[in-house]
Amino acid sequence: MPPAFVEFLQFLLSGITSGAIYALVGLGFALIYNASHVINFAQGEFVMLGGMLTWALTSAGLDLPLAIGGAVAITVLVGMALEKLAIEPARDANVVTLIIITIGAGIFLRGVVSVTLGKDFHPLPSFSGDDPISILGATIMPQSLWVLGVSALVVIALQGFFSYTLLGKSILATSHNRMAAKLMGINVGFVLVLSFGLSALLGAMAGILIAPITATNFEVGIILGLKGFAAAILGGLGNGLGAIVGGLTLGIIESLGAGYVSSDYKDAIAFVVILAVLFFMPSGLFGRRGTERV
Amino acid sequence: MTTPLKTGLMLAGLAIAALGLTVSAPGAARAEDDPIRVGSFLAVTGPASFLGDPELKTLEMYIERINQAGGLNGRMLDLVHYDTAGDANKARTFVKRLLEDDEVDVILGGSTTGTTMAVIPLVERAEVPFISFAGGVSIIDPVKPWVFKTPHTDRMACEKIFEDMRGRGIVRVALISGTGGFGKSMRGECMTVAPRFDIEVVADETYGPGDTDMVAQLTKIKNAEGVEAVVNAGFGQGPAIVTKNFAQLGFEVPLYQSHGVASKKYIELAGDAAEGVRLPAAALLVAEKLPAGDPQRPIVVGYKTSYEAVYGDGSVSTFGGHALDGLMLYKTAVEAAGSAEPAAVRDALESIRGFMGTAGEVTMSADDHLGLGLSAFRMLEIRDGDWTLVD
Repeated sequence: MPPAFVEFLQFLLSGITSGAIYALVGLGFALIYNASHVINFAQGEFVMLGGMLTWALTSAGLDLPLAIGGAVAITVLVGMALEKLAIEPARDANVVTLIIITIGAGIFLRGVVSVTLGKDFHPLPSFSGDDPISILGATIMPQSLWVLGVSALVVIALQGFFSYTLLGKSILATSHNRMAAKLMGINVGFVLVLSFGLSALLGAMAGILIAPITATNFEVGIILGLKGFAAAILGGLGNGLGAIVGGLTLGIIESLGAGYVSSDYKDAIAFVVILAVLFFMPSGLFGRRGTERV
Repeated sequence: MTTPLKTGLMLAGLAIAALGLTVSAPGAARAEDDPIRVGSFLAVTGPASFLGDPELKTLEMYIERINQAGGLNGRMLDLVHYDTAGDANKARTFVKRLLEDDEVDVILGGSTTGTTMAVIPLVERAEVPFISFAGGVSIIDPVKPWVFKTPHTDRMACEKIFEDMRGRGIVRVALISGTGGFGKSMRGECMTVAPRFDIEVVADETYGPGDTDMVAQLTKIKNAEGVEAVVNAGFGQGPAIVTKNFAQLGFEVPLYQSHGVASKKYIELAGDAAEGVRLPAAALLVAEKLPAGDPQRPIVVGYKTSYEAVYGDGSVSTFGGHALDGLMLYKTAVEAAGSAEPAAVRDALESIRGFMGTAGEVTMSADDHLGLGLSAFRMLEIRDGDWTLVD
């Protein structure tokens, strides 16, 4: 293989790995936005909870698979509790207020974790070893394959859930028209709780998958949340496919930017591309053109 | 509704003001047997709490010890401490209070370079000796008459790394540094001192504080012409990710980390990938591994044992050591001067020779208010998940 190609492949592989995580986080934003029109800025904290709780449970003596299950379950409960205890009581408030509530919830969760589990970084063991796998001269860690594989499975499972189950369809119905869905007998309150739970599930998965690569602490959710939000915006807020494409695009641009242009401006390059896209396509790559009822 | 609230606030304000007046009661003459007032401002909470917390614990522990042993020149030490949370504005306010209301005889502290630099004009004007625990070289370069500091600087870390490289015949290096304060500053220092060691920096990459993947930067370094070693200046989880990515890409050259990762946490985070990594670090990290004849051994082992007896195994950090050095430097100076009179203590501090602290041997002079040589750093290599002394 020519060295230039190997180099490109290496950039691409590392970009796709980061991108898959951004996509999972972005998907969480999209889910909640669809169901409630709230941008949930505590999404990054779900990511953090997934990683930190898995670490806490393994260090309490649980096996890794059990700890992962436990961490995901707890995070989902936290997500549902967030909807039930913080969003629902303020349901008549406008969307901006609800968004501010999620920011507050995020700060609260970060605080609770930093007080109870400490401020240190913690590693998680890789799921299947640390021997790099060589692909045409470029290398990828087994954990990156886990990230890609699980992300793909999650996306397929979600697609199935929304297309073939009554519950999934009721979430879709609620996102299209809340009033109509309510009149059709859909329990809108439950749908909202469920979508927060699902988002928490996606966040927790992302946090657990990335923890063996980057280690985790109580603040990892801030940056990952931001990147996931950027991914969701790039893809068109509220569009699941968009969030995935947006996340992968963001990861690849970052990696190529750092590799071919300058690592100093890696984030800047990514955000310039996002701004350029939004300039020409204000509702994102896959977003529906916004129509405002008067 | 607003009126009663305003009145309440005003009353509270008045009450606080009145309280402040009674507490400060200035003008009382100092008797020779009054306690020596040691002022301190540290980042005990906030993002730099990992510095301030062990520093305060160390100060409290050793001041109590000195007092139990009869004090300094027969006078007890009285610690007045304020928590800055790492905020430079708060630091200024508190140091003003230390100087004007608490009328301290010395100021120890300033956990971060930012808080230290913010208060230098105040202590210089008040002419009170000030010993900082912060890393930045700008604190003592250029020299300010009343300002001293205890920790080694990042410039010295670069020098130590380059010295080790020259010993291995390495001249062409690649830098990868975090864009946070620590990485940025160390990158600058390394760039400055590289020519003096005839080291050529052939690649210079950076990564952001929250980055999860540095493969792209390292791939670029790997493909750069003739790189013989890679230096990573950074702090937190970044260097651990760099180390893992470095191992993933199968580099055949050595990797040097900075003293920013000199803790067991780094080995834990980077795992097997950390094998063979070299880094400069303070002797405290390898206290028990120092040879029996090492003059620094009793100091660092002593501090480590006392601190860990109270706060648990593995709790000791170089940061607390900086505080201990500051306090002991002050003690030595007061004993040499025979009084706690600021000007006399300042002169005594400046003429300290051969003082052995946790950071190394200190010899101050009129143009060196740090007084540490390169021997302050030990070159370590990670083998079998533990530190090994290289030199």
